[in-house]
Amino acid sequence: MGILDHHKKIETHATLLLVLSFLVVTIGGIVQIVPLFYLDNTIEKVEGMRPYSPLEIKGREIYLREGCYTCHSQMIRPMRDEVERYGHYSLAAESMYDHPFQWGSKRTGPDLARLGGRYSDDWHVQHMIDPRAVVPESIMPSYGYMMNRVLTREHAEHVQGIMRVYRMLGHPYTDEMIERAVDDFFAQVDEFGDPVADRYPGAQQRNFDGQDAVTEMDAIIAYMQMLGTLVDFETFVPVANR
Amino acid sequence: MVDPQDKTPENKVSPASRQYPDPAVKLKQDPPTTGHSWDGIEEYDNPMPRWWVWIFILTVIWSVGYWIAMPAWPGIQQATSGVLGYSSRANVAAEIAEFEARNEQFFVQLVETDLDAIRDNDELHRFAINAGGSVFRAQCSQCHGQGGAGVQASGFPNLLDDDWLWGGTMDDILTTITWGIRNEDFADTRYSAMPAFGADGLLSNEEIDQVVAFVLSLSGSDHDATLASVGGEVYEMNCASCHGDGGEGDHFIGAPALNNQIWLYGGSPEAIRESVYYSRFGVMPGFENRLREAEIRAVAAYVHQLGGGQ
Repeated sequence: MGILDHHKKIETHATLLLVLSFLVVTIGGIVQIVPLFYLDNTIEKVEGMRPYSPLEIKGREIYLREGCYTCHSQMIRPMRDEVERYGHYSLAAESMYDHPFQWGSKRTGPDLARLGGRYSDDWHVQHMIDPRAVVPESIMPSYGYMMNRVLTREHAEHVQGIMRVYRMLGHPYTDEMIERAVDDFFAQVDEFGDPVADRYPGAQQRNFDGQDAVTEMDAIIAYMQMLGTLVDFETFVPVANR
Repeated sequence: MVDPQDKTPENKVSPASRQYPDPAVKLKQDPPTTGHSWDGIEEYDNPMPRWWVWIFILTVIWSVGYWIAMPAWPGIQQATSGVLGYSSRANVAAEIAEFEARNEQFFVQLVETDLDAIRDNDELHRFAINAGGSVFRAQCSQCHGQGGAGVQASGFPNLLDDDWLWGGTMDDILTTITWGIRNEDFADTRYSAMPAFGADGLLSNEEIDQVVAFVLSLSGSDHDATLASVGGEVYEMNCASCHGDGGEGDHFIGAPALNNQIWLYGGSPEAIRESVYYSRFGVMPGFENRLREAEIRAVAAYVHQLGGGQ
């Protein structure tokens, strides 16, 4: 009964119970979580991933603000039906610059992990204004007001601030990228502007919503047209045991 | 004697004397208590139900087997991979390969068979329609609709009717799917270039009104007869070279037929006026690098049999 007597001591002393419980949970956490940071299995380097361009960050912020993740996942699971419908299954590295990640947990609408380049900008504009105009069976709400919400220099500077924070979190933004953030923000909606793709390879650059003004619609479409397009799967060779 | 019906203090029954079993009387075979006592409340030390204990022990044993069989414990470089060699990536690759292998003979046949001969081979044609249909639902339905009816008056063509912009033969459909329409990614994509007659100042507002009335008359819609009678000349000078003298259109250059009631962007005078004034250019992606050749041919066969194939 020796060990049980000791256990009685723990059971009858609340503070001791708390301290020891915390210790046990800590050990469990270390065993489960810490290996994810160093194991080769879990860290897979892939070609092509880059941090988001300023306009894409704005688009992502809108995506978060509107709670798109409650109906759309960004995670193609390794299953045949998903791979055949949406494309190559998602890789962990494809979410490496997402804080927080947008994997989602429910698909009321389709998965968006490889949305980029699937539809024209026009389609997106029509679909955001009136989803049922292009997909009659859709139950998505309308986001037409994004056409009227003009983005100003202030918004661009806010994004510049976000980039600084991201850099603290380890995103490889250079001083040049942060310095030019405001210019790049507006250049990306101008087809003939300074090419943003020089700093952000694969960034789409054009007037996304067809309006003269730079609006939230431009930002969200710039973000959507980039989703899932960065990794070149022609050169990617999956390691089977990951 | 106090009347028992009266609600008097003497009649009030105190909780202690209610007719409950006496808490002091213990059961004959009382389980032992843990010995803890808080405010006089003691705790029985009943054993766990045996079935529960056994399931618990079994799950512990199961977990040991699972650690050995499946990927489990983290090591220095990687986690143990398990003697069964389970891998979700390998599984999905194997499953896809299995279905590919089953379909392979049809895919090869699809590529080798002449497009127009596909429908002569009943088995192949059925495969093409099913395979093409599933590709269509994943890749094409967002614009052309789940059933291929397009979106009327929004610029997404209906594929069920026999009014084609770029031709409805198997070859034409295949070309459109492969290279898209007005798609800058492909040199082989097809363009049509209708001038913006109003925006570029080629026609005056008056002339545009006249030609709109004439176009309405071509399709037998309600129109202003006096305007249309003058509009005929404007049409002949500016539109007939592509859309044809009678508005029959031209598949080769993607000029839509104007002599029917099928309108890609709407058949109201306002909608037609906007088309003439600004011109309109729909865009379709090409699927040359997204689908394999056999899949594209399957989609062509699927679209061809939707109703309007020529």
